Amino acid sequence: MIWEQLQDLIRSYPLALRGLGMTVMLSLISLVLGTLLGFGLGVLRATGNRFISAAIGTWVDLIRGTPFLVQIFLIFFILPELGVELDAFTAGIIGLTNLAACFICEIVVAGIRAVPKGQIEAALASGLSLWQRMRQVVLPQAMRVVLPPLVGQYVLLIKDSSVVSAIGLTDLTRVGWLAVQRVPNGLLVFAIVGVGYFLVCYPLILLARRLERRMSAAHGEVKL
Amino acid sequence: MLENFSFRTIVEYLPLFGQGLVATVWLSLVSFVGALAVGIVLCAMNLQRGRLLQAPAKIYIDAIRATPLLVQLYFLYFGLPRLGIILPEFVVGILALALNSGAYLAEIIRAGILSISRGQVEAGVASGMTYVQRMRLVILPQAFRVTIPPLLGQAIVLVKDSALLSLISVAELTRAGQLLASDRFMPAEGFITTAACYLVLYYGLKGLAGLSEWWLGLRPMGSRA
Repeated sequence: MIWEQLQDLIRSYPLALRGLGMTVMLSLISLVLGTLLGFGLGVLRATGNRFISAAIGTWVDLIRGTPFLVQIFLIFFILPELGVELDAFTAGIIGLTNLAACFICEIVVAGIRAVPKGQIEAALASGLSLWQRMRQVVLPQAMRVVLPPLVGQYVLLIKDSSVVSAIGLTDLTRVGWLAVQRVPNGLLVFAIVGVGYFLVCYPLILLARRLERRMSAAHGEVKL
Repeated sequence: MLENFSFRTIVEYLPLFGQGLVATVWLSLVSFVGALAVGIVLCAMNLQRGRLLQAPAKIYIDAIRATPLLVQLYFLYFGLPRLGIILPEFVVGILALALNSGAYLAEIIRAGILSISRGQVEAGVASGMTYVQRMRLVILPQAFRVTIPPLLGQAIVLVKDSALLSLISVAELTRAGQLLASDRFMPAEGFITTAACYLVLYYGLKGLAGLSEWWLGLRPMGSRA
């Protein structure tokens, strides 16, 4: 019985591969865009004037305070009413990029605040412009603090991409949902789907752990 | 079409959102208590020296952390009936949330326990305390203190995660928004109201987390988080 179901599922591997490809594509595009946007927002929030900083902070709070599923529904069902036509993939990219930017913004802000004040004062005294200060003094040092949680955040975002299946995008989760209508064995189907995500996420989890160990070792902290 | 934004319809549906809010709160609460139980057991297993208990806990935590909650939810929702276990949707939802958050809580509790300096443990040993006494009287009270704020952080994540239960048709906040959206073709009204309700919960829990940090003496009142 299980053997036949497994064979049935194996025969539909092109669909599964397409789903996995969709998940990877959606995550990759959103993570690249979200990282760029997140770093921009983070620098603005940490160095901009109070008004800009407060505006970004409020937006980040609104996004962090609501479920991603609700955000996806808002984007997918309301943007068309405003005259923007979009499909599930575009809605997913917009939603996931925005989510990534907001979380990464907070990580970057924490990283910038962790750089000792003296460093910034020294850069100021050396006559460096804001851009030079950021690029040559602050960000390289902030990266030590930023990198481990950044990779951890990537894992969370890749997993969050599964939520986009709720608006009908045929990603890996949606493929599982479709398969289970045909092969009535949820344990088998979603175990396979889970393995797909595991293959993508687990290497990143290991990388995050490694970075964390290395960073705390570099700071002379002893980990028990 | 947003110029026709209908506050009257929202007011009409307010009782439904009220029920949804209550449902989200108690579903999250029950799940969080379950997650604490799962987390404590996993953490205790993980801190043992022997591999026999440590390995399963580590594998479980990694498996949960590397797969999406939605997939875990579907695994239980479509999988349990297969084993002959027929449960109401909301029970499946609570189970999924507790099993998922438990893995994260285990790591939070572990970090709290490991943050206690070795000297404390050694002082306990030198005072002739048994393992249980050391845990109960020295380590856990101190670990508890540093663990409260991240526990509240995970509670915020859990409340937001509970929105996924609407996908297996559990009647909660997001479901209320979906109903308004589909009954009246008013997605804006439905989902903005839903989002507003979640924000109330979010700011409440966030305030509580800030308060707890101040109360536990982890940071002075009014300083930046």
